[in-house]
This record gives sequence, C-alpha cells and structure tokens, in this order.
Amino acid sequence: MEFMKPGAFKENANVAMADENLRSAMTMLNGGMIPNRQGAVDRLPEFEKLSQRGRELKDHVLAHLDFYLEKFERHCKASGGHVHWCSTPEDARQAVLKICRSVNAKSVTKGKSMIAEEIHLNAFLEQHDIKPVETDLGEYIIQLAEEPPSHIIGPAIHKTKDQVSDLFLKHHAKLGRTERQTEPQKMVNEAREILRRKYFEAEVGITGANYLIAETGSSIIVTNEGNGDLTQTLPKIHIVVTSLEKVVPTLEDATTFLRILARSATGQEFSAYTTISTGARREGDADGPEEYHVILLDNGRSAMLGGELQDMLRCIRCGACMNHCPVYQSVGGHTYGTVYVGPMGAVLSPALLGVSGTRHLPCASTLCGRCEQVCPVSIPLPRLLRQWRERSFEAGDVPVAERWGLSIWAFFAKRPWLYGPCARLAMRGLAYLGRKQGRMRKLWFAGGWTRGRDLPAPEGQTFQERWAREKRKEQRKKVSG
Amino acid sequence: MANETSNGSSGAPTNVGLFATCLVDLFRPTVGFAAAHLIEGAGCRVHVPEQTCCGQPAYNSGDRRHAQQIARQVIETFEGYDYVVLPSGSCGGMIAVHYPDLFADDPEWNRRARALSAKTFELTAFLADVMKLDAAGLDAEYDGTATYHDACAGLRELGVKEQPRELLAAVEDLELAEMADTDACCGFGGTFCVKYGEISTDIVARKTANVVKTGADLLLAGDLGCLMNIAGRLKREGSSVQVRHVAEVLAGMTEETPPIGESFEDGS
Repeated sequence: MEFMKPGAFKENANVAMADENLRSAMTMLNGGMIPNRQGAVDRLPEFEKLSQRGRELKDHVLAHLDFYLEKFERHCKASGGHVHWCSTPEDARQAVLKICRSVNAKSVTKGKSMIAEEIHLNAFLEQHDIKPVETDLGEYIIQLAEEPPSHIIGPAIHKTKDQVSDLFLKHHAKLGRTERQTEPQKMVNEAREILRRKYFEAEVGITGANYLIAETGSSIIVTNEGNGDLTQTLPKIHIVVTSLEKVVPTLEDATTFLRILARSATGQEFSAYTTISTGARREGDADGPEEYHVILLDNGRSAMLGGELQDMLRCIRCGACMNHCPVYQSVGGHTYGTVYVGPMGAVLSPALLGVSGTRHLPCASTLCGRCEQVCPVSIPLPRLLRQWRERSFEAGDVPVAERWGLSIWAFFAKRPWLYGPCARLAMRGLAYLGRKQGRMRKLWFAGGWTRGRDLPAPEGQTFQERWAREKRKEQRKKVSG
Repeated sequence: MANETSNGSSGAPTNVGLFATCLVDLFRPTVGFAAAHLIEGAGCRVHVPEQTCCGQPAYNSGDRRHAQQIARQVIETFEGYDYVVLPSGSCGGMIAVHYPDLFADDPEWNRRARALSAKTFELTAFLADVMKLDAAGLDAEYDGTATYHDACAGLRELGVKEQPRELLAAVEDLELAEMADTDACCGFGGTFCVKYGEISTDIVARKTANVVKTGADLLLAGDLGCLMNIAGRLKREGSSVQVRHVAEVLAGMTEETPPIGESFEDGS
C-alpha cells in the first residue's frame, strides 16, 4: 500500500472522483468542518496568541527533545510505568507483542491511534492470533469495512451514513441485530452495545497519546466517545503507542494545545473527554490497569530534527490542513496510499517512508497555502512540499519529459531576444486556432487542460510587441508634432 | 503627464517597472495596457523592459538552479525602478516572498533580492496601499454584478483582499456579490493544472458552482492563470458568466476586448 507506482496517485484519484458516495461524504468538509472551525476560532479572541504560544512551546521542546523525553521516562517509571524506546515500526510491533504474550492475550481493545496505523499494528497482531478490536466509532467502521483510515481524525469520513447502515447490518446480523438501522443515534447505540462486551473480554487495551507530560510521566488522550477510557481502564494492561514528538513539559503546557486542538479539528471548544493516565493502578485506586506501558516510536523523526523538516514535528494532528485542502477535498484520503494524508501527510510520508516511493505526494498540490493559513502551529507546509520537490529534482527522481520540458522552457526564458519572436509566432498560431470561438475545446499538446475545460485563446499579439508599437507611435507623434 | 507624482525632492517622476507576467504578455495584452493605464493614472511613469517569466514554473517544480538563473535576470532588469508592479499576486509573491528565499545562501544576491522584494507590489495593492488611489482617481463604470475570486498567492502571500474590493467599490454602477469560499483555490496551481488535469478540473468545478450561485454576470480576479482556468471551465459548462481581469474593469477598458474565452469576431 505504501510504495506506489508512479501514476498510481492519479489512477486512485480518478477512481475516487468517480465515487458518488465519496463525493457526497466529502461535502462534510466545506459544509461542516470548515465553517465550524472558523466559528470556534472567531469565538476565542486569544486563539492567535494561543497558537503562537503552542508553536513556541513545540519549538522549545524539539530543541531539547532528549531532555524532556528522559524526564518523561523518569517520571513514568516512578509512577510504576514502563517506557519502551523503539527506533523502527518493527521494534514497536515486537514490544507490543511481547507485552501481549506476557498475559496470553487473545484479544485487545484499541482506542484511536495514528501511530498504531503507522506501524500497521492490527495486521501484525492478527498474524499472531491476537484479535484487535477498534473501539473508536470511525475506526470500528473502517475495521468492519477492512479499509485504512482516510483522515487522521475522522477515519471513516469517506463513508456515507447509508454505507455504514449496510456495514452494520452485514456484520451485526450474526450477533442478532437483523434490523437495518438508519437513525444515527440508533446506529451509535447498536455499535456501543456490541463493543461494550469486547472491553471485558480484552486482556490488553491499546491507545495512542495526544500528549506525553514530562513533569508527571502521564499520557493524555482526547476522544468524543469515551471509548478511550474504557479501553485503558478495564483490561489488565494499558499500552500507549505513541511517538517522540508528543512530549510537552508540563500539564499546563498541554492545556495550551488542548484549547487549539479541538477548535482546529472539529470546531468544538473542547473534546468531550480528556483523559490523563499516570502509571499503573495503585492501592486504593477504584480502577485502572495493572501495568502501564509506553511505546515510544522514532521511525525517522529524530532524523528530522535540526533540518528544515523539523517544523513538521510541531504537528498536533488536528487535520485542519486536509479539511481545507482543495486536492484532499476532491480525491479523499485513500488516494494518497499512505497512513498520513492531505498536506501534512504529503510532507511527513516521504520523511517516514523515503522519498522514492512517495515523490508524487508533494507534487500533487496546487501550493495554494490554505493549509499553512489554518495550521494552528504555523507549519510552513507549502514550503516543505516544495522542499521535497527540490530534493527529488536534485536526486534525478523526476520524469525525463518533465525535466526536458523545464530545460527547454528555461532556455527560452533566459533569452528574451529569442523568447520574444518565438512567443509572437506561437501566439499568432494559437490565436488563429481559437479566433472564431475565442477558445479551444481541444488542443493536442494540452489534453490535461482541455479534457475538462476550454482553453481561452490569446488575443494574438503579445503585450510587449503591442507596447513597443504604441511607444514608437507616440515617438513619431512627438517628432512630427 | 500632467499629474505625475514626483519621487522625493528631486522632482523626477516615480518610475514603475511593469512586469506584465508571461501569461498576460502571451494571452491577454489588454491586461498589461489596463495596468499601465491605472499606474499612469495614479501619477507614475510606466516602463516595460524586455521580460519573460518570473521563474515560478521551475521553482515550484523543484528546479532551483533554473529558478535562480531566471530570478537573477529579473532582478537585473527591474532593480533600477522605484517600484515593480505586476497584475498578478502569484508572480508578485514569487518576487516579493520567494526570491529572497531562493538566494538564502548567497549574501550578495539575497541583498539584491530583498531590495527588489521591498518595492514589488501586486497591482491593486500598489494602487490602493502605495498610491492611495481613491474613487476620485478612477474613471470607470460597469453596469452589472460582479463577483471576485481571491487568488491564493495574492491573498495569502501578499495580503491582497480588501484592495481590489475598495477599488471596485469606486466603479460606477458595479455591484459586488461575494461568492461562498471565495478564498478557496480554483485548482490552477501553475503546472498542476496540466500535470493533474482531472483533479484540477474537479477543483475548478467547485469554484464555478460558487460563481454561478451568486447570480453575478461577471467574474473578476487579479491573476490571469486563475481567470483562464475558471473561464475555461465556465465556457465548457455553457455558462454565460463573463470573465475578466480586475484591471480591465478598473481601467474602464471592457469595451476594448471581449471577455476571456469569448469570440473576437463580432456577432458570433
């Protein structure tokens, strides 16, 4: 899935754009998430200041990442937790497996975790006869559909309500739910009742973390369904699957991000649940796991420190960049073929997976800049996309036709004395072709344009040509006058 | 010109280098004349030195070396003027925002790029912010309803948002009807529009739907790339909405040439 052939992005995009269900689901963005975010931002006068503070905090942590991670580890251990440092996805998977095996786990419940997606944990656990059960409603839906997430906060955003009704009927019928539900509340209740049993069967609960708190050794998750709380408190063991850059110095610092995260993501003031986990269950605690493990994944992140890509590590995974991206809105998340999608995915994926299999991602952008504008931690996404394009170009990883095209164009652009006459000739030709209609419906070398649009015809003469003639006329008038 | 503004105490006129941009030079010279007319109307002297492109196609394709070569040529050509004005936020942003970046490792060219950046303006921003042009300085009328598309680079790199609207408010009989998501990309994106033609078409179809919903009979913007894209799609959809560069309306030159993508032959 992750290493695509050149051209696969376009093929996926064409399939996606022809999918009426996807098109209807994606109207959620312009019709809901975008205005909701704007409303939430407008209602909080200090949003800009918080956002600035968040950016500074992240930059500070990234400059002292070793210090804060070691501090986190110390405090996590002091509260009875375990920290597992993992360089690669394989290290992380093995660490999870070892913990699961220590209690002979047959099933694990999972809260939403993008790092678990990044290391493809579900498939790995299944290979080892451990059944992962997604408890976040969106993740549950795509698990039933056997699909990857298409959005980092709304994994099933590409599904319409009708498709979910069908999925539930298909999978829940064998559990005695033979009536097709179409009311959203009834659908949620049905999923909830079915999932409720799973929490008690699982030996291990796996969640992600939105933040790791260095001063307390805690992890924080935010959810809207409360599924995370049940996932991490009911089973014997709680495993937090997370990555290096999630650490923040203090609990108070985390509140800065909490205030901008939900607003940027869904336009909520705050997520419905914000849960802090610190260590294992202590004597006298009403509930909680017997063991608390934190899997700290690097997977290429430490290599991003100190370079231009470091800015990407500020990302708080709100998804605003993809919600506002014109390309994402058209093609949806699956077209990208990677776990992280949209603008943040197009910048992050080449860093995590290598640029050779992912060079199409930074190219598939209009560089319109709306992603950077709405990013709550001001990641210069267009600049980073362009930087990947430069790296592929320098590595010679660009189609020959494109390279030649650019060279020929540059040859003329650098020689105005040659460019002028050639441009005049070419425009006369084009103007002749389009004179009658004022536009062309077809042009053999511009099929990419003319398949869905007409090409407006040029006026005929170039501006510089006409300007020079006007000036000569003025000169003559002056002389003769 | 009688109303030329002077540049400092020397009494010399304010000299503006007009960078028409390659698309205007090739496809729509009228926009260049409209820009020149407006800049002269604001009291400046307009110069059009020999020019080609700002280098953006190379820059956005990752071809930094060619982008630098072309940028050096543009800097040499235009650095002698008091201001550089472009009827495009995209090419204006290239010079004002990206040229200094292109020479981040070259102190001498970086200095020259920053100096040029400081005096480079998108047309409507130059007229409204620098020349403080107001209603009295414009002599234009358009009897109809227009809607304005905020082209991305002008909006987000140069802060062009209110300036064209302020100027359009001074056009007699023109009514402005804002469209939904006016700040959303039209899908042009330079070479993106041909490299990813289908996606680009899908994006512009969202834009034209919003244009048509306003009921306006004229779509305006400040970038010819976006305008050709939106006009091309509107025509393909069979829409009667006309498309023009904002400079054509502000300069009162709508009689001089048919709207973008419409026949040059009378009566057809």
